[in-house]
Amino acid sequence: MSDALDPHAAVATTAGGVATGRLTTADGRPLSRALARSQMRARRRAFLLVLPLLAFILITFVVPIGQMLQRSFHNDGFSRNMPQISAWFAENPRGTDPDEAAWAALAADLTAAAEARTIGVVGTRINYDVPGTRSLFTATGRQVRGGIEPPFREALLEINEAWSSPRLWNAMRVASSPYTVNFYLASMDRTRAEDGSIQKVPPQQQVYGMLFMRTFWLSLLITGLTFLLGFPIAHLLATLPMRKSNLLMILVLLPFWTSLLVRTTSWMVLLQQQGVINDILVWMGVIGGSQRLQMIYNQTGTIIAMTHILLPFMILPLYSVMRTINPSYVRAARSLGATSWTAFRRVYFPQTLPGLGAGALLVFILAVGYYITPALVGGSSGQLISNMIAMHMTDTLNWSMAAALAALLLAAVLILYWVYDRMVGIDNLKLG
Amino acid sequence: MKKTLALSTALGLLASPVLADVNLLSWGGAYGNSHLEAYAKPFEAETGIKVTMADADNPATPIKAMVEAGNVSVDVASVEYADAVRLCDEGLLEEIDASILADAPDGTPAEEDFIDGAITECFVGTDVYSMILAYDDSKFPDDAKPSTPADFFDTEGFPGKRTMRKGAKFNLEFALMADGVPAEEVYDALSTPEGVDRAFAKLDTIKNNVIWWEAGAQPPQLLADGEVTMAYAFNGRIFNAAHGENKPFNIVWDGQIYEMEGWVIPKGAPNVDDALQFITYTTSAAPQARAAEFISYGPPRRSAAAMVGNIEGSDVPMGPSLPTYEENMTNALASNLDFWVDHDAELNERFNSWLAN
Repeated sequence: MSDALDPHAAVATTAGGVATGRLTTADGRPLSRALARSQMRARRRAFLLVLPLLAFILITFVVPIGQMLQRSFHNDGFSRNMPQISAWFAENPRGTDPDEAAWAALAADLTAAAEARTIGVVGTRINYDVPGTRSLFTATGRQVRGGIEPPFREALLEINEAWSSPRLWNAMRVASSPYTVNFYLASMDRTRAEDGSIQKVPPQQQVYGMLFMRTFWLSLLITGLTFLLGFPIAHLLATLPMRKSNLLMILVLLPFWTSLLVRTTSWMVLLQQQGVINDILVWMGVIGGSQRLQMIYNQTGTIIAMTHILLPFMILPLYSVMRTINPSYVRAARSLGATSWTAFRRVYFPQTLPGLGAGALLVFILAVGYYITPALVGGSSGQLISNMIAMHMTDTLNWSMAAALAALLLAAVLILYWVYDRMVGIDNLKLG
Repeated sequence: MKKTLALSTALGLLASPVLADVNLLSWGGAYGNSHLEAYAKPFEAETGIKVTMADADNPATPIKAMVEAGNVSVDVASVEYADAVRLCDEGLLEEIDASILADAPDGTPAEEDFIDGAITECFVGTDVYSMILAYDDSKFPDDAKPSTPADFFDTEGFPGKRTMRKGAKFNLEFALMADGVPAEEVYDALSTPEGVDRAFAKLDTIKNNVIWWEAGAQPPQLLADGEVTMAYAFNGRIFNAAHGENKPFNIVWDGQIYEMEGWVIPKGAPNVDDALQFITYTTSAAPQARAAEFISYGPPRRSAAAMVGNIEGSDVPMGPSLPTYEENMTNALASNLDFWVDHDAELNERFNSWLAN
């Protein structure tokens, strides 16, 4: 009876392959090859099914992000437009004083770049490393467009003394290769000294390291807060009778479906110094009219608004896990003499861990990249690293710097993800 | 036969554009509306060339992306002066021959009629806007209204929070002017480390009383909510709140920093000839004056400034609300583009670090 139900057994017996020692199908082909072929066909079909999605992800996600990240270490603004001086740098090792050949190459490149209208790109690239030099390139370019007479060193120095600066020549040497780590150095508050060694930037320029720390610390704090607030709500949702829990669910989901901007602006209305909460506190006499609390446009504002906005991402995974927990386990623990705290700690809580892990990971990763909310309610002390990335993308148009910061952020998140996998295990994750 | 004919006609129509078209990329809001009403609609009516408008937060960003990707769908864009020069130097813009510009109604050649710096190789100015000190009139007694940049930094004499743009530009200049540096010496001072230190030291004095804004719509909102009593903000936004919504906001023109916006043509634009025609039309005196009636940004042509009439939909003259009005220019500073192109990154990094600590 069991033979009849097992297709493989049926094949083997009808072909009588057992006798020869090799399994074959009904038409005499070896079974292993037939199986491989039919599996191959199934695999190909499965691949064709996911192909549209794969192509979509490749085209809209992997390729653009890859191109963007490439900018963080590849910037050919100088090397592409200044070929002759770049060649001179390649031939002469670091430490060589620029000779007349170098000055001639520089003058020729400047003239060509000025005529091709690429001098701005060249100046922008050098300006990243030596602030204040972009106009040196564009102004010189305007003067040499009609041609320049030798001796080139004297001619260029006459246009501007700054051309003899060793720091400038060092920066040009570094930029003569399209590949550079300078943007990563800058992202870590480091710069190159005149001799090419790496050093810290002056204290009043240091900002990124502190912002990375703040971003991770605030994200961790917000994850903790969403857990503290979300856990009891998820428990209520999972244990209340259907009618009541549905109503509660709507209360959780309604803000989730509301636009992010609307929710952020609502917090502004509530929290600002002339806002609803301060008005109520003053009216109740808790604080005086002149002591209104500053709850927004600072770190507090960022924490409150982001905790609220990210709360559903913690509640929903927790809820879906809690729904499946059988209440009889806790009842059994209680009947065996456990206190309600012990029953919760030893029996109930461990079963919610997969949901907690998923919620915490979701909230943390979303918080690390959050941008609009801190920009609107963060003031000066509630800014995160993503606000710097946005600034470099849209204001300074230094996309290489934005890419370097984004790459560091991505790397940090991947490392945390790996640590999480080692400690908790990704398999224990339950998203819903 | 008939079928083949119909088919080939259809194909022919597909191959050649049905109508000449100018794709205009503007900023949206009240400013974009002034482009629509004063430029796009009359231009369409006069030439029959259709104008299609789109909005961007800052048109310079999509232009850079479009030209670098080789897929340009914009013919004319409105950008800030600083971005225009930067994009032009990077070879991302078409050159605009100044000879296409229309002369003034009295025959003055265009080059003499435009204010200094309004015409560059790739850029023709359309309006002048400025950063100004604005305050809520209801928050200060009649005998103590703010009237100078120094008052902005005097939290004892003029209590209340302030709002300033989150960034180094405008604030450093404003701080120096408030500290007593005359407008014409501001950039010389900022070019030295001592000058920068002095500006930051001045900003330090009100650091705890400032709410930093990022979007231009925030300062009038913060003033209206009573969150701040004074703002350093774009004049057009304050003007719209004061006249459009009858808010009690006043403007102090002393210490204004003005800049220009204007047209550029991205390199590889699909309809360059129509775009040039559009620029010729919209930068002539009459449409320039008309645009200034919709939003309080001054025309960069002297002949147009004299022609500006009443604020659209009212009988109040627009003239005194424009940054270019003569009495408003007594202690005005022209934003120095070269300075900011060179020091933007460096000073913004220092500013962000100052802000965060």
